[in-house]
Amino acid sequence: MNLVSLALTGPFGGLVHIFDQPFLRYAFIAGTAIAAAAGLVGYFVVLRSQVFTGDALSHVAFTGALAALAAGADLLIGLYGACVVVALAMAALGTKGQADDAVIGSVFAWILGLGALFLSIYTTSATGANGTSGVNVLFGTIFGLSARQAVTDTAVCAGVFLAIVVIGRPLLFASVDAAVASARRVPVRALGFVFLGLVGVTAAAATQAVGALLLLGLIATPAGAAQRLTARPFLGLWLSAGIAIGSMWAGLLIAYSAPRLPPSFAILGVATLIYLMAFALTNVAKPRTAAS
Amino acid sequence: MVTGLIAGQPGLTWNIADDIRQLLLYPFMVNAFRAGTIVAVAAGALGWYMVLRRQTFAGHTLAIVSFPGAAGAILIGVSATVGYFVAAITAAIVIAAVPRSLGGRARSGESAVIGTVQAFALACGALFVSLYGGFLNGLTDLLFGSFLGISSSQVLTLLVVAALALAVLAFIGRPLFFATVDPDVAAARGVPVRLLGTIFLILLGCAAAEVGQITGALLVFALLVMPAATAQQLTTRPRASFVLTIALGLAIVWLGLAVAYFSVYPVGFYITTFGFGGYVLATAGRTAAGRLRRALA
Repeated sequence: MNLVSLALTGPFGGLVHIFDQPFLRYAFIAGTAIAAAAGLVGYFVVLRSQVFTGDALSHVAFTGALAALAAGADLLIGLYGACVVVALAMAALGTKGQADDAVIGSVFAWILGLGALFLSIYTTSATGANGTSGVNVLFGTIFGLSARQAVTDTAVCAGVFLAIVVIGRPLLFASVDAAVASARRVPVRALGFVFLGLVGVTAAAATQAVGALLLLGLIATPAGAAQRLTARPFLGLWLSAGIAIGSMWAGLLIAYSAPRLPPSFAILGVATLIYLMAFALTNVAKPRTAAS
Repeated sequence: MVTGLIAGQPGLTWNIADDIRQLLLYPFMVNAFRAGTIVAVAAGALGWYMVLRRQTFAGHTLAIVSFPGAAGAILIGVSATVGYFVAAITAAIVIAAVPRSLGGRARSGESAVIGTVQAFALACGALFVSLYGGFLNGLTDLLFGSFLGISSSQVLTLLVVAALALAVLAFIGRPLFFATVDPDVAAARGVPVRLLGTIFLILLGCAAAEVGQITGALLVFALLVMPAATAQQLTTRPRASFVLTIALGLAIVWLGLAVAYFSVYPVGFYITTFGFGGYVLATAGRTAAGRLRRALA
């Protein structure tokens, strides 16, 4: 076992040869793209107070993926289809007066219940499926990405990245002050749709990296840390992407060096640590002068 | 999921008395109904306040942390019940402690904090499961619930905790309602709004931990939010909607358990489906009644 011997030569002893392993190459390439997209999208998610929407999407991702598996279709189709459709539906609900948290909550609790049903259908079906695929969807398998998945995810996330760069400025305007923005002829409503569509796509891609249950962390945590560190919007936007990518790289390296640690845990652990450090830094630097 | 194996494939008949007798034939099922009843009452009462206070996201997070709690408890060899309660109460205290220090733009900052807590808790759950190894079947039960194998001592624990939580809620209920509806006026009248909020979150954590043992960590939210949201669709009078919430919770759980017993699919699916069906019916009924009233007027 090459991997084991590499891991045993020291905590980072195998790092020189790390890109000899195809699965690590895929993980790093796709992981970087996913983290960049999640960091950028996440910044706006936090700014627009739509974290709960991201939370709902993570449940949809699970059900979509398992519905596709239970129906014998490709997992990617269910994942992307469900996330984008539900994200657009929530955008439509949101424009008719803000959709209530209780409504979103009821809907996604039921969707998750459906996910449990699909999981049970899939694991008890006669196709010889085992119980691990449900777990993989929930907690991610970034080290298990196939070449095709890695290419798809990288392409999709590069698209999200470009889209955010293009619509970033008007979207920021619309997020900070929707009324003034629409008076200045910024298409606030259309931007809301496009943005939630991008969130859906990012959620679907991130599900494969860190899993449906943890994608909220990849979206909300770097953005929350960036917003604590700087109030300047574009700096914060890139900082958020940077923190996400940094967490991804550090997490992948840690998980590679310590095989007992699931990569999703390592990635989110690093991100949470950065968030805590940002929290401590800003609390020390500004000892409650603003609070008064 | 494996009901059929244990119960020798129970059959549903048209004789309702016979069905109920079949349902209560096995002690595990009696315990499931006992536990379900306790859980439904506690979740309904606290979920009603949760929906009123618009703390659904916090409630969802409290619900989810019970998963790493239980997984961690099993990993270190303690009873999962202890893990559920310790994790949920700790998370409640963390959530209650953090947001206010964020100053002005609390709203977006608060949700980022909660999101981080939630994701990190789930990541810890994944870690514990990975460290424990070979625990894959139990994992599905932890996440999506199982009504098999609830022991009598577990029912007793649930009962004691629920009774304590409800007693505290009864004690703080009126000022909490005041503090929820109009926090500024309540604070001016000397109601300890912040303290009440913290106590409420801890109680909510207890309720979430209780529900988690039946529906699994991921579906707790259904019992917390659905009955309350449905009841608040049907009536705006606080007392009536509170009672209705608990009644709906009981109906959902009993029906869910009964149907799950006669079927091969997981109980969590039935509980969420009945809850959501009730919510949709209530919303549709209210819309139809409103149209009818306008048409007649």
